[in-house]
Amino acid sequence: MSEDIILDIKDLQTSFYLDDFEVKAVDGVSFKLPKGKTIGIVGESGSGKSITALSILRLLDHPGKVKGGEINFKGRDLTTLTDKEIRQIRGNEISMIFQEPMTSLNPVYTIGQQIRETLKVHQGLDKENGTKKAIELLKLVGIPSPDKRVKQYPHELSGGMRQRVMIAMALACNPDLLIADEPTTALDVTIQAQILDLINDLQDRLGMSVIMITHDLGVVAETCDYVAVMYGGKVVEYQDVKSLFRNPKHPYTVGLLKSIPRHDTDVDELEPIRGSVPSPKDMPKGCRFAPRCPFATELCMEELPSLDHVEGESEVRCWIYTDHWDGDAEVKAHGPKRVAQSN
Amino acid sequence: MFQFIVRRLLQLIPVLIGVTILVFSLMHLSPGNPAHIIAGESAPPDTVEQIEERLGLNDPIPVQYFNFVKDAAMLDFGNSWRTSLPVSEELWPKFWVTFELAVYSTLFSIFLGLIAGIISAVRKYSFADVSIMLIALFGLSMPNFWFGLMLMQWFSIKLGWLPPTGWGTPEQIVMPVITLGTMGAAVIARMTRSSMLDVISQDYIRTARAKGLGERIVIYRHALKNALIPVVTVVGLQFGSLLAGAVLTESVFAINGMGKLIIDRILARDFPVVQAAVLVIAIVFVFVNLIVDISYKFLNKRIDLE
Repeated sequence: MSEDIILDIKDLQTSFYLDDFEVKAVDGVSFKLPKGKTIGIVGESGSGKSITALSILRLLDHPGKVKGGEINFKGRDLTTLTDKEIRQIRGNEISMIFQEPMTSLNPVYTIGQQIRETLKVHQGLDKENGTKKAIELLKLVGIPSPDKRVKQYPHELSGGMRQRVMIAMALACNPDLLIADEPTTALDVTIQAQILDLINDLQDRLGMSVIMITHDLGVVAETCDYVAVMYGGKVVEYQDVKSLFRNPKHPYTVGLLKSIPRHDTDVDELEPIRGSVPSPKDMPKGCRFAPRCPFATELCMEELPSLDHVEGESEVRCWIYTDHWDGDAEVKAHGPKRVAQSN
Repeated sequence: MFQFIVRRLLQLIPVLIGVTILVFSLMHLSPGNPAHIIAGESAPPDTVEQIEERLGLNDPIPVQYFNFVKDAAMLDFGNSWRTSLPVSEELWPKFWVTFELAVYSTLFSIFLGLIAGIISAVRKYSFADVSIMLIALFGLSMPNFWFGLMLMQWFSIKLGWLPPTGWGTPEQIVMPVITLGTMGAAVIARMTRSSMLDVISQDYIRTARAKGLGERIVIYRHALKNALIPVVTVVGLQFGSLLAGAVLTESVFAINGMGKLIIDRILARDFPVVQAAVLVIAIVFVFVNLIVDISYKFLNKRIDLE
């Protein structure tokens, strides 16, 4: 990784402190994001991917808290900033868009008022200049007749249009990093493609880096340069996107890929991953995925593997790739993907 | 908007017809002959007959109702049966006293209730929240005549800061307004808290924070405006009930207001005054609710008044 690293997260720990116990929603997440690139964070619901994103901007709901690790952004560790300093970064250097465009805009203010607010707080633009800039931004995200839209209320716009408005608002101050938390999940398929194209296009034009949080590997394939697969609050695999699809390493990633329908192979049935995501109250003590893993050994059940480099930049958290592996030798030799296919 | 107001004013007509029928029936459903009430129990029969004739009591009921409405429309409610003064002369000065009391009490309860409710919601489960909600529960369950007496005991008798009775000077206004406004403040505080908590967990509040806005702007600009609608509804209802329910406070502080007038005249069976007072309260209540409905539109453009 020779490019500039804009974001370097090291061993991030985020917990929710309930009355009698601690829920470790994010438990030691690390990844790097080169400038101008997109990283996908993939995982099922409850894997900790959204919490990771919210931790970066410290937007966690009570009683969630970042309790350890570093979030290095342009040379500063965000976890050490004061509330005021982090506010100056939010919406300015790092912006975020959310899953629910229908409810993410305030219903009682116009689109223009909501975009202007960001411009005012970070750039001190007055009403007139703010409105001008807001219209420009709406044009940039492909909203027709922006001078009319700027005076409208969110309920007068469709879901896709509202997500465009959210993007316009996020781009208002030319952020270095855009965090998109499942930006297309709530939208129709045709609109999904438009929104992803828009994000890709704007990224090329503005040179932003993007964190794309999704459970949809299709979205990953379309938009990402790197992928971090999360499971049970931990990153289980980190690869560039081509290697991930060609050669997934972790049995969980293999399972994820096998549960998407494909048109180019002759498989009639999809193979879902057995079981369900473990509850944070009741995490397996070894590998988080071991109870659902077809290759799990006693070692997997007992001890947590570390996230280690295999083949260059790829990292994987699995005993199969270590010298300690005492399970099926065939899995070790050919990788879980090949073996899973032949079964 | 204009159309809406006109339509709401037209809707006032059936409401008023209903109210006038009820008010009118008061007189005819209550026992005793009005002429006897005016002339006294021992009056000679021909005097009673004369009075019956003058009041039109021998006309068919619908005719009497029609005449009543016709006069009421001109704000002529006849003369009091007790004092023989025109009803409007008796009513208006007292109405304004009670109206002032209700307006000040409502403003007091909005001010106190909103601040307390917002603090409670923003610091959910904190010491401040728990204390505020406890005090609000106390304010809600406390009979206000007792509270009025306690205030009087402290501030008038023990400390001698405020005059115990009367209405007009700023010193005289303080205690009655606190007495009457406390329950409203408690209701508004509880309503504001729950409404704010509901709004604070909405996605757009997270969006506002993600934009880098300060917490104060997030709460007061983004959350409060959304949280106000149920609060405004409560304020409207509160105002109406204050107008009609001020009687206890008025008695405690010896304020010569409409509440006291109504009670006195009910006991004296002075029906024209009672009728006029009830009618006026009903009309004010309907107008306050109209104002509440209009304010919804300003708070949230999605609300379709048409």
